[in-house]
Amino acid sequence: MAGGSAKVELKGVKKRFGDKVVLDGVDLRIDHGESLVVIGGSGTGKSVMIKCVLGILKPDEGQIFVDGKEVTRLRGRARDAVLRKFGMLFQNSALFDSLPVWENVAFGLIQGRGMARDKAHEMAIEKLGKVGLGPEVGALSPAELSGGMQKRVGLARAIAADPEIIFFDEPTTGLDPIMADVINDLIVTTVRDVGATTLSITHDMVSARKIASRIAMLYQGRIIWQGPTAAIDNSGNPFVEQFIHGRAEGPIKMEVRR
Amino acid sequence: MNLFAAIGRVFLLFLRETGALAVFAGDAVTGCIRPPLYWALIGKQMMRIGYFSLPVVGLTAFFTGGVLALQIYNGASRYGAETFVPVVVLVGITRELGPVIAGLMVAGRVAAAIAAEIGTMRVTEQIDALTTLATNPIKYLVVPRLVAAVVSMPILVAIADCIGVLGGYIASTQGLGFNAHLYLSNTVDNVTYNDVSSGLIKAAVFGFIIALMGCYNGFRSKGGAQGVGAATTTAVVSASILLLAANYILTNLLFVK
Ligand SMILES: Nc1ncnc2c1ncn2[C@@H]1O[C@H](COP(=O)(O)OP(=O)(O)OP(=O)(O)O)[C@@H](O)[C@H]1O
Ligand SMILES: [Mg+2]
Repeated sequence: MAGGSAKVELKGVKKRFGDKVVLDGVDLRIDHGESLVVIGGSGTGKSVMIKCVLGILKPDEGQIFVDGKEVTRLRGRARDAVLRKFGMLFQNSALFDSLPVWENVAFGLIQGRGMARDKAHEMAIEKLGKVGLGPEVGALSPAELSGGMQKRVGLARAIAADPEIIFFDEPTTGLDPIMADVINDLIVTTVRDVGATTLSITHDMVSARKIASRIAMLYQGRIIWQGPTAAIDNSGNPFVEQFIHGRAEGPIKMEVRR
Repeated sequence: MNLFAAIGRVFLLFLRETGALAVFAGDAVTGCIRPPLYWALIGKQMMRIGYFSLPVVGLTAFFTGGVLALQIYNGASRYGAETFVPVVVLVGITRELGPVIAGLMVAGRVAAAIAAEIGTMRVTEQIDALTTLATNPIKYLVVPRLVAAVVSMPILVAIADCIGVLGGYIASTQGLGFNAHLYLSNTVDNVTYNDVSSGLIKAAVFGFIIALMGCYNGFRSKGGAQGVGAATTTAVVSASILLLAANYILTNLLFVK
């Protein structure tokens, strides 16, 4: 593993809903300044995993560390202080539909850091520009946007406060190939210029290859393979092989009845 | 299936529910007294909860006052006690009907709206997004609604009291042949501080119950449109029942010595 210090670390994280075990002992570390991509089939618990890190879901077992400090059971102000280090793009954007687009983007600046509204407005318009949306979009309400535009607003909101750690839950899903590449570039430059640590979830192998410094694969509640991006093509792991080539035949059985 | 096990399970469920509600209410109340308070949001919610409820509360109060006058006249005239109509209308409206009618109308309007809005935010992960933006959803969503409801309900009820008495006055003078001047002076002479203030205290408590049940059920909703619909119904029904139960308790505390 790279010599850097762990920014975020999961140790033996388990999470179940009723009888259904979703995470079954996830061990994963994200080093300072790295861009980790987690791949895995639909419904394997990728979103659940990042929600556990953010404390939106409470893990049943295991520990989570941020900057070396355990955050698993923090509450109240201590938890807010940790969350201020994070930016998060939700899979379905989760924009506040009672606020105009620009206030969505500026929300963390205004509420979290107490920035003046006109200054925050300026920043929001700038961030919207970075995701390819013009200033006129700022005044619209989220319901007036297309799905891909909503995703990009969610992206602008995630990076608006220049967080140290950013989680992207499927940043390019639902975007056209050109815009997807713009977003990939944005993630790459955010990591390089701001020095952010990122964890991205994606099914899109083109995107994964472009943004990842390291790739990990989640399967049946565990990380079954991880390694540098360059190693993904000769992982020697049949599960990874099947996934990156998108074959229906292989060790991963899709639960479909014929 | 064992009968005792079934009873035990229902009892445990009841305890868990009341416990969860109590914890939620505790969080909400401590949120009201610890900064930051979102004043702009409180103002906005006062408009939505108080101001926009005026038409419906005013209309119901007006007709209730009128009907009250008609019925009391009907009953009192059997004993030749028609002169008591203004007083009984006044006492009935300020002590009971003003707060209860306004409370039930606002429960239907506002508890439903709050539960639907917060419930939608819950199922579309907007509440999770608030958390990740280091904003406490209780403070940002619940506290403004709670404060706004507790402050606006007494104002609404004060207005409803006036309109209800006016309804009684119009029914009496137009329909029953009361002397307008006498009716008014009879009403004004009989206004007591206790009658009015007890109604306003009730109103504040009702406001708390309405906003709390709206927020609580919204927060707990899960699973898409159907879940939000269920939360909305539960919010209105539970707010109405709790409101009437609280009214009984408050009446005991305020009037039964
Ligand atoms: N709040 C919840 N309650 C119950 N079950 C849940 C909940 N959230 C997720 N699950 C279950 O956990 C499993 C993993 O869900 P998750 O959203 O993490 O999948 P995912 O890996 O992100 O999939 P996708 O790639 O399709 O987004 C799913 O089977 C889902 O049914
Ligand atoms: Mg997901």
